[in-house]
Amino acid sequence: MNKNTLLALGIVAAISFGSAGSALAAEAGPQPPRQKWTFSGPFGHYDKQQLQRGFKVYREVCQACHSLKLVAFRTLGQPGALGFSEGQIKALAAEYQINDGPNDSGEMFQRAGRPSDYFPPIFANEQAARATHNGALPVDLSVIAKARTYEVGFPGFLIDIVRQYQENGVDYLHALLTGYEEKAPAGETLTPNQFWNKYFPGHKISMRPPLEDKRVEYTDGSPQTVDQYARDVTAFLMWAAEPHLEARKRIGFQVMIFLIVFAGLAYFTKKKIWASAH
Amino acid sequence: MSGSSNFKPKSAILQWTERRLPILGLMHSSFVAYPTPRNLNYWWTFGGILSFCLGVQIITGIVLAMHYTPTVAGAFDSVEHIMRDVNYGWLIRYVHANGASMFFIAVYIHIFRGLYYGSYKEPREILWILGVIIFLLMMATAFMGYVLPWGQMSFWGATVITNLFSAIPGIGPKVVEFLWGGYSVDQPTLQRFFSLHYLLPFMIAGVVVLHIWALHEVGQNNPAGIDVKSDKDTVPFTPYATAKDNFAMICFMIFFAWFVFYIPNYLGHADNYIPANPLQTPTHIVPEWYFLPFYAILRAIPSKLGGVIAMFGSIALLAFLPWLDRAKTRSAKYRPLFKQFFWVFVLCCIGLGWLGAKPAEGGYVIASRILTAYYFIHFLVILPLLSYYEKPSPLPASIADSVLGKQPAKA
Ligand code: HEC
Ligand code: HEM
Repeated sequence: MNKNTLLALGIVAAISFGSAGSALAAEAGPQPPRQKWTFSGPFGHYDKQQLQRGFKVYREVCQACHSLKLVAFRTLGQPGALGFSEGQIKALAAEYQINDGPNDSGEMFQRAGRPSDYFPPIFANEQAARATHNGALPVDLSVIAKARTYEVGFPGFLIDIVRQYQENGVDYLHALLTGYEEKAPAGETLTPNQFWNKYFPGHKISMRPPLEDKRVEYTDGSPQTVDQYARDVTAFLMWAAEPHLEARKRIGFQVMIFLIVFAGLAYFTKKKIWASAH
Repeated sequence: MSGSSNFKPKSAILQWTERRLPILGLMHSSFVAYPTPRNLNYWWTFGGILSFCLGVQIITGIVLAMHYTPTVAGAFDSVEHIMRDVNYGWLIRYVHANGASMFFIAVYIHIFRGLYYGSYKEPREILWILGVIIFLLMMATAFMGYVLPWGQMSFWGATVITNLFSAIPGIGPKVVEFLWGGYSVDQPTLQRFFSLHYLLPFMIAGVVVLHIWALHEVGQNNPAGIDVKSDKDTVPFTPYATAKDNFAMICFMIFFAWFVFYIPNYLGHADNYIPANPLQTPTHIVPEWYFLPFYAILRAIPSKLGGVIAMFGSIALLAFLPWLDRAKTRSAKYRPLFKQFFWVFVLCCIGLGWLGAKPAEGGYVIASRILTAYYFIHFLVILPLLSYYEKPSPLPASIADSVLGKQPAKA
């Protein structure tokens, strides 16, 4: 490969990605610190214990306001999920009331949830949700882990391709949940329903700090701290957004091995064929 | 330049059909006997890679369309249904979404290859123009595809781009309403975009056939940029080109798979995982990376109409390239000045891409204007002048000489 070829390769890489990473919101506050996640990297996988703890946090705290309407109960027991048994899922689903109908007399009715149901909405509609939160909307959390990110400058965004770093969304969620400050900095005023958050774009968030130490009881001995809760619920939300992540990475590895071997064979075939032509 | 067509199948049945429809002979002369210059390098493998990309998009796209719902209320959720409930739906969608980016990476390499080696010059003008048409169709297809998942970027990207047509004097607003099928981007818009997004790839496939037909009529250009003069200058497509294309394509698949399996959302926007909301404008509306250089040109011009003309002009200009660059020497290898301007132009395009992702303010705007001006100057001033003033270095006597050693005084 000559100099120009290399240069051109670099250029193509730069054109392709130069812009992608830098395209996003710059108005947010400081960059969320990067965390260690079990599901990052080529062999990433979910920690079932952690997902279960995170689910507990979701149920006991976030669920008061945030729905999870794209997630079906049955998926909690899928491979690469929380590891719940069929019985556990049945019991869990039955705790929820699902709107159904109309029945034979034309009435809508409520019934206990079944594994095939989805997590029901918390509020009847957006207006009702806003009305109970002083006009702010607690968003659905089904894909939130993929719907947030932060800007990574040059050359970090290129290094992320090689390192396979795509955990920006969860870094942000963890930072958001742990990033509340007691009061706004001097010169900033908050309404009684606003709170100061280091990482929320614009800093003034209408969600009161949802977590506090000891709020949720853990039975596996994990620390009952805001930081641990935030980590666990965020991991759970990553699973909710990307339930097939484990399969993806596992199959990806097999595909890679196959392609690399295949490329080797193809290379030597090509070499042999061309040997007589030079 | 078609290869030998005296192909005769062995089996009697095939001989019978071949006398009535000589399709095997056509295949044989196009993909087996077809003579390819023996000095082709790996930049020539991207044509095959592009055909692969088109095939991948069509196959994954058809499967997606079996599960996708083109309605304002259902589109976002149906894509999530594909991601969660359809068997290997996540794989199919990630291949399709990343496949669009891979397609553009390949096409940009392919185009810059043509620019460097002068592949647009006589007798390949029509071949080149067909390529420009494919590029335009790809852009239209990708733009409309990106609208389908109906996320925030889908909706606002569609709004910004369709609004460009309102700059047409007089009839602009009517044209936009016609495109929308209403008074804003809404259900009719989504539904027609889906229909067109399904249609255009097949039109691309049609133009690709013409593109390859034209190619096989005039023959491939090559790194030396000189014509084939004898059989010694070529090798048969199979096994030579096939083996090389095969290796390059597998390497490309490794690159592709890296994104699909490990960082499938890297090239997308997080905002597109937020369902479309006509009442809430995202802070930055940024198109997909492959549109950024053109987006920068659009925003560089202070008038809306001017910006639109410059943007479309920057692409249309490519079609006139064979008549702007009149130099007889094709390959940049033997054009010392052109070669340097080529690399400056490449940097200019990267710069525009970078600026396209930046907010349109302050220094970014000034830089965009300078680079936009340079983009046009490259084609309209530098290339025509170089055609007359540049003194090319001596060309090798033949392609065979250029590979087998007998080089003229090194360029
Ligand atoms: C008392 C209701 C309430 C509870 C409990 C609650 N939230 Fe919120 N949440 C809100 C509201 C209201 C907003 C909208 C804030 C705004 O837009 O300013 C919000 C916003 C968010 C956002 C979006 C932030 C952004 O970047 O736009 C996330 C993520 C979030 N909440 C996660 C959680 C998690 C995780 C929990 C559980 C640990 C939780 N919330 C508990 C009310 C709540
Ligand atoms: C030239 C080839 C093609 C290109 C460049 C292309 C590009 C795209 C892009 C960029 C998206 C948005 C991906 C996302 O972010 O989710 C998309 C979505 C989609 N495309 Fe295509 N596409 C092509 C061919 C096709 C074909 C042939 C079909 C159908 C027969 C198709 C069907 C779909 C469907 C149903 C979606 C929505 C689902 C989704 O968003 O994942 N595409 N396409």
